[in-house]
Amino acid sequence: MLIFSVFKTLTDQQVTVELKNDLSITGVLKSVDQFLNIRLDNITVLDETRHPHMMAVKNCFIRGSVVRYVQLPAEHVDTQLLEDATRREAQTQTKR
Amino acid sequence: MDVSSTGIQEPFDLIRLSLSERVFVKLRGDREMTGILHAYDGHMNLILSDVEETIMIVSEGEQQATVNVAKRKMDMLFVRGDGVILVSPPSRT
Repeated sequence: MLIFSVFKTLTDQQVTVELKNDLSITGVLKSVDQFLNIRLDNITVLDETRHPHMMAVKNCFIRGSVVRYVQLPAEHVDTQLLEDATRREAQTQTKR
Repeated sequence: MDVSSTGIQEPFDLIRLSLSERVFVKLRGDREMTGILHAYDGHMNLILSDVEETIMIVSEGEQQATVNVAKRKMDMLFVRGDGVILVSPPSRT
């Protein structure tokens, strides 16, 4: 739930999603759900010559399970807030 | 078991105590990285900053396999938990 919230705060920011098939897609994060499925607008593929079939694609929906990494804009991530929220969530997990 | 001195009761506590410290992460697909840990959850999804990723590219030769290493750096990175093999706290030497 915590990571889901982080992504929600990053909507309308530019992110780069690296998939498990090594395809890297940069675009504007439009929405995210609890499975960390991601919708990107205005996308560009990192190595377009290797993936010519992606050139015409302007927006896409990415299934969460095929994501390897997401590169986030560091200036929009409050690391102190993240650490506090993680500790809080870890505590509620162990209490159960 | 002396819990009070270490604060470690379950495996995730080891990761919790590594928050805001540089950790080593081993991933599927011959990848490793170090970065400063800022967030994690029960799936081992991670958010790291100041990341250096190392990719081992193994090419099988006629006689022996050769390993090439590719490195790259990233500012702020989310790592999906299903790719994580292990998270190791910083070495305190």
